[in-house]
Amino acid sequence: MARKLPSVDVVLVGFGWTAAMLAQELTDAGLKVLALERGTWRDTSTDFAVTFAQDELRYYYRKALFQEPAQETLTFRNSANETALPMRELGSFLPASGVGGAGIHWNGQFWRFLPSDFVARSHNIERYGAAAVPDTMTIQDWGVTYDELEPYYDKFERLCGISGKAGNIKGSIQDGGNPFEGARSRDYPNPPMQMTYGPTLFAEAARQIGHKPFACASANMSRAYTNPLGVTLGQCSYCGFCEKYGCGNYSKASPQTTVLPVLMRKPNFELRTGSEVIRINHDKDSKRATGVTYVTEQGEEFEQPAEIVIMCAFILHNAHLLLTSGIGTPYDPQTGQGVIGKNYAYQIVSSVDVFFDDKIINPFIGAGALGMAIDEFNGDNFDHTGLGFVGGGYIALWNTNGRPIETHPVPDGTPKWGGKFKKAVAENYLKSAAIATHGAVMSHRANHLDLDPTYRDIHGRPLMRMTFDYTDNEHKMSDYLTDRATDIAKAMKAREFHAKKREGHYSIVPYQTTHNTGGAIMGSDPKSSALNRYLQSWDLHNLFVMGASAFPQNPGYNPTGTIGALTYWAADAIKNQYLKNPGPLVQA
Amino acid sequence: MRIALQSSMILAVQLAAVAVSAITPARAGEQSFEQVERGKALVDAGDCVACHTQDQNKPFAGGRPIKTPFGTLYSPNITPDRETGIGAWSDEDFYRAMHEGVGPDGARLYPAFPYPYFTKMKHDDVLAIRSYLNTLQPISNPRPKNELQWPLNHRIFMRGWDELFFKPGTFTSRTDKSDEWNRGAYLVEGPGHCGACHTPKNFLGADKAAQALDGGSLQNWFAPNITNDQHLGIGSWTADEIVEYLKTGRNVHSGAAALMSEVVRDSTSKMSDSDLHAMAVYLKDMNGKTSTSPSEADQSANDVGRTIYADSCSACHRSNGSGEPHMFPPLAKNANVQSSDPTTVIRVILQGARTAVTDSRPTASSMPSYDWKLTDNEVAAVATYVRNSWSNSAPSVTADEVKSLRQHLKASTP
Repeated sequence: MARKLPSVDVVLVGFGWTAAMLAQELTDAGLKVLALERGTWRDTSTDFAVTFAQDELRYYYRKALFQEPAQETLTFRNSANETALPMRELGSFLPASGVGGAGIHWNGQFWRFLPSDFVARSHNIERYGAAAVPDTMTIQDWGVTYDELEPYYDKFERLCGISGKAGNIKGSIQDGGNPFEGARSRDYPNPPMQMTYGPTLFAEAARQIGHKPFACASANMSRAYTNPLGVTLGQCSYCGFCEKYGCGNYSKASPQTTVLPVLMRKPNFELRTGSEVIRINHDKDSKRATGVTYVTEQGEEFEQPAEIVIMCAFILHNAHLLLTSGIGTPYDPQTGQGVIGKNYAYQIVSSVDVFFDDKIINPFIGAGALGMAIDEFNGDNFDHTGLGFVGGGYIALWNTNGRPIETHPVPDGTPKWGGKFKKAVAENYLKSAAIATHGAVMSHRANHLDLDPTYRDIHGRPLMRMTFDYTDNEHKMSDYLTDRATDIAKAMKAREFHAKKREGHYSIVPYQTTHNTGGAIMGSDPKSSALNRYLQSWDLHNLFVMGASAFPQNPGYNPTGTIGALTYWAADAIKNQYLKNPGPLVQA
Repeated sequence: MRIALQSSMILAVQLAAVAVSAITPARAGEQSFEQVERGKALVDAGDCVACHTQDQNKPFAGGRPIKTPFGTLYSPNITPDRETGIGAWSDEDFYRAMHEGVGPDGARLYPAFPYPYFTKMKHDDVLAIRSYLNTLQPISNPRPKNELQWPLNHRIFMRGWDELFFKPGTFTSRTDKSDEWNRGAYLVEGPGHCGACHTPKNFLGADKAAQALDGGSLQNWFAPNITNDQHLGIGSWTADEIVEYLKTGRNVHSGAAALMSEVVRDSTSKMSDSDLHAMAVYLKDMNGKTSTSPSEADQSANDVGRTIYADSCSACHRSNGSGEPHMFPPLAKNANVQSSDPTTVIRVILQGARTAVTDSRPTASSMPSYDWKLTDNEVAAVATYVRNSWSNSAPSVTADEVKSLRQHLKASTP
């Protein structure tokens, strides 16, 4: 029997990036805000200090910062005619647990989506005709435009201290930036990072064959920075321990390094760790959420009433919690009806490995978002006529790390172990690099999330079941990107290069990317989306759902920039519209 | 016109009456708002809460252990509780304690209570403090018994100490100095009692007056020289930079950590800018002794130190020792680093440090502990390296010094 606690104004489910930003905004508006986080408290000096942060065994191979599958997992199948089985080890993506969420262990690669990404369905139909988007491709417009989000992208870039070079300021194309990006109101707050040799060679080659390479925008600091909240970050030391690690030098933007020092001092904010929300409570008749039920690590159950409930967990947990709480209509891939669990999407990545004889790349001088990229083949930046697919991705050479256990680049044909393997690693470690492609995945009718009929979690709830596979659209698109990356590899005049296309069915086992999207998508119509354009539930007007679960499909960029922009956009709507007149912000 | 003139005259008379009443001393038992406010400002300046609070939920109720070389004392309860606090004291009892170091029963107080500084405070300032303390919530909290060594556990012994080292006397202004200088001197030497930590002590714990603010040892820390000395002190700081440090806990030269971070949090960050500036003006006028050129360290030891520094320290403090102003303290030209007594340098390497957090500088930049990672020889080498690089100079640190402090602190070993 759950013990009922005194009500709060706002309860936040999960305490990563979006929750920290919302808590800051809503406590500023005078609300009493409570965040519930299933994991533990984490801070730089106590949990990833420079004296032990660079520990591959602890953080990567033993997964210190990630979700425990024994605590929560999902089942997986490629298609409806298979039986889904539970993931007992983390694989192709790494959901976080603990304060700061995935904002702790990201690389810091920061992108804005293209204006056309937000109107993917109508834009593609308009340019290529209705046949370009077959019935089985369930892509949708977002209900919000790039221009509407621009000020919020800008605000998030200021919060994080993004290092980069603008490509388009108010319509004026800037040398050295990404000329394909949407118009921005001003440049990034910090200059690009110092570029190392590998990305520089990539950029020279790309330029030679007519592309416009640019330094990638980075949440690793190119210099010390104090953000508008007064929180200071240090300069990045290029140690190469970003993704899967916390930053010991205060030089990667995370909730801990941008918001928490101010937020945690506020009297109207409270954080409870070790508190896992297992249900959103609601009153269907009044169309309101009444609060949440959570369980502590000791197994004690509490009912926490709240005036506003905001879901801020990872996309898979947001979707799962909506399904298990009975909010909204579950999606049915047979009929295409229902919305919760709809349009789950992933990304498709490939690479071209290059090996030199005469060039020392020094991969260990790295940072998570240290790289050069081209954007010629992303979104609709190129003519898709006759190509047989929609969407695209960026092509980049990142110098993220040369970590000793993880990094042993060898040419194709090298044995996997033994003397020849060791010799090849020694010969190639300093002289190799990889060109990466980062491709979009469109949403398709069969790819979705629902509740598993067989397996249950430790709280007795059905596990979430993921049904996902790549379609021809993704493979054609990714092959096209890999070919364009190969063109650049040729121009780099390497000793040898090896293209690694993504072939066959999606495998959830090898790590690829943590960029999952969908399941509680935003849109303009309650029949086809779970949330309105302000991330407000169509069903319960005091329930908001943050994060990439709102993306109707998955563009060819890293998602964090857009997640941050959407969070500030929603926070603005809550503060300036919802609080004055609580109710649906968009009439269905 | 006539009417207007008359009413403005009436207003002027009224204003004069207000001005007169403001300078009339408040009578006993009568607590004007202005006096309580002034008392609170002085309580902040004196950082009374630091020693007189053990449980954060019982502010000013005392009980905090004060460790001295002579044993442990427990701070008394200064809330108006009549039985366990000072509620039963008369105002003159309170003044006598502050001015003479003598309790209402005639017993001598121990100078862990800094009456040798508070004696300089003006009578009406002391009563303003009393007025503020009277407004606090009375909290019943009996004081634990002091644990002092013989013969100091006999308060009578303190009569001799007072005769030797203590002369009661209110601060007197110097006519050859500005009002601001005098205000600063009053705050530093009186309520601020900066010398309690920053002035070296003799073998009986009394100030070495000739070396005021030259730096002092306490509780296994070394409180650095805060005179205008260019090498050992804060001579390279401007007055505004001193104000910034006291107000926010940071400036381009340094960040307050350890005991000083409490001082910033509980005391100086709450003081007015004008008072802080006055203190800065006074400190900038403290010439201190001209530092003799310290003995240069043995450079051959520094290859080890340089290597450790590059590996473990340079990411934050930078390879040229410049640090990251306002975030990671610069080590070059840093008074703490170059102090003749290396206790603080060694201790920060062993145990790490956390910079003060204030509203204007909310980021708690923290240095982790290296005790579990570095041997005595390695700590000594890197400490010697930072004390003698980038134009710094200071005597070498020995492995024995590191070993001894490590034992005192019960710190880990690699």
